[in-house]
Amino acid sequence: MSDAIKITIDGKEIEAQLGQTILEAADEAGIYIPRLCSHPELKPIGSCRVCTVVCDGRPQAACVKPVMDGMVIENETPELLQHRRNIIDMMFVEGNHFCMFCEKSGNCELQALAYRFGITAPQYPFQFPEKEVDASHPDILLDHNRCIMCARCVRASQELDGKNVFQSIGRGFDRKIGVNGEKALGDTDMAVADRAADICPVGCIIKKRVGFEVPVGERLYDKAPIGSDIEGVRS
Amino acid sequence: MSKPRVATTSLAGCFGCHMSLLDIDERILQLIELVDFDRSPIDDIKHISQRCAIGLIEGGCCNEENVHVLHEFRENCDVLISFGDCATMGGIPAMRNNIPLEECINEAYRDGVTVYNPKGIVPQDPEIPLLLDKVYPAHEVVKIDYSLPGCPPSADTLWAALTALLTDKPVELPYELLKYD
Repeated sequence: MSDAIKITIDGKEIEAQLGQTILEAADEAGIYIPRLCSHPELKPIGSCRVCTVVCDGRPQAACVKPVMDGMVIENETPELLQHRRNIIDMMFVEGNHFCMFCEKSGNCELQALAYRFGITAPQYPFQFPEKEVDASHPDILLDHNRCIMCARCVRASQELDGKNVFQSIGRGFDRKIGVNGEKALGDTDMAVADRAADICPVGCIIKKRVGFEVPVGERLYDKAPIGSDIEGVRS
Repeated sequence: MSKPRVATTSLAGCFGCHMSLLDIDERILQLIELVDFDRSPIDDIKHISQRCAIGLIEGGCCNEENVHVLHEFRENCDVLISFGDCATMGGIPAMRNNIPLEECINEAYRDGVTVYNPKGIVPQDPEIPLLLDKVYPAHEVVKIDYSLPGCPPSADTLWAALTALLTDKPVELPYELLKYD
């Protein structure tokens, strides 16, 4: 029995395989659904909700929702674009994101999504929360000001590195990434070669001494919007 | 018909955005064909002299004088544009926002390693504008019609936005011109 099924995204019928998520099926069909916490190497957790689509009339996170035959999905509706924009706006005002001196600028997925959505200034008041910078590790910097709580580092450390360096601690607005060590990142078994060291979508976990390596104009999202690679496979 | 007037100001900014405005190079000759400049650091006019079509705001508000100037611009400009990361997001001056104001002042005037101030006097002359508790982006103080982020926004970004406004076209920046750095 074949697992091939058909689903519809924004009126376009595409082929999918049973067992795939909506996000995976859309990627294969060359349809980009914006996402932040999702990463192809990690188990999805549906945390950031940027990938929300309307699936048979109900909002669902595309990264965790499995496809079913005949599913009808809305992706690029004005309501969903606004919803995604709102989430990105909130992430900007809830952290301290200073793009002008951030080493990740130009390669940052949060910034790239804001560019893609055409955000020129957030619509919510800035919170300017007090956050810590943990520079205790010899090779890695952990700057909580830029964290968006996607938990990619938590999952990468467990699933890919076989370690357990990061965990999220606290609740609500005070939730943050904690490290599994005496005091700080330098006390953990984190190594610079770990996948967790370069899976951060923003500039929260960055490697020391390699900043600003790629010149402005040649960085990942300088010329083409995030998602262009996926949309490029559209036949 | 008289030309539309443009006023510009730099609040809590570094004048980098104004440098970027000058960076439009020879297009500045086209710009002065299109507009007259009113209050601006470029011509050193100190107050807006008549109704302006466009006001350009560099920098956010870090003191009461910034707020005062921003209100003058809002009252006298049809379209107000915040340009640069400081005006749109607070920028570098906003890095003091999660440090108590008293600590900032102590560091600047009393405890800083290069400070010589044996009496520990903090300037508080009435001539000096009072600092605000925090640095606010322009749109959190008055209504802003357009924002052009960037540190600074490139000359092409400013040119694209200004010429679109002056020729009654929608301000839609191409992807490469919307940058936060």
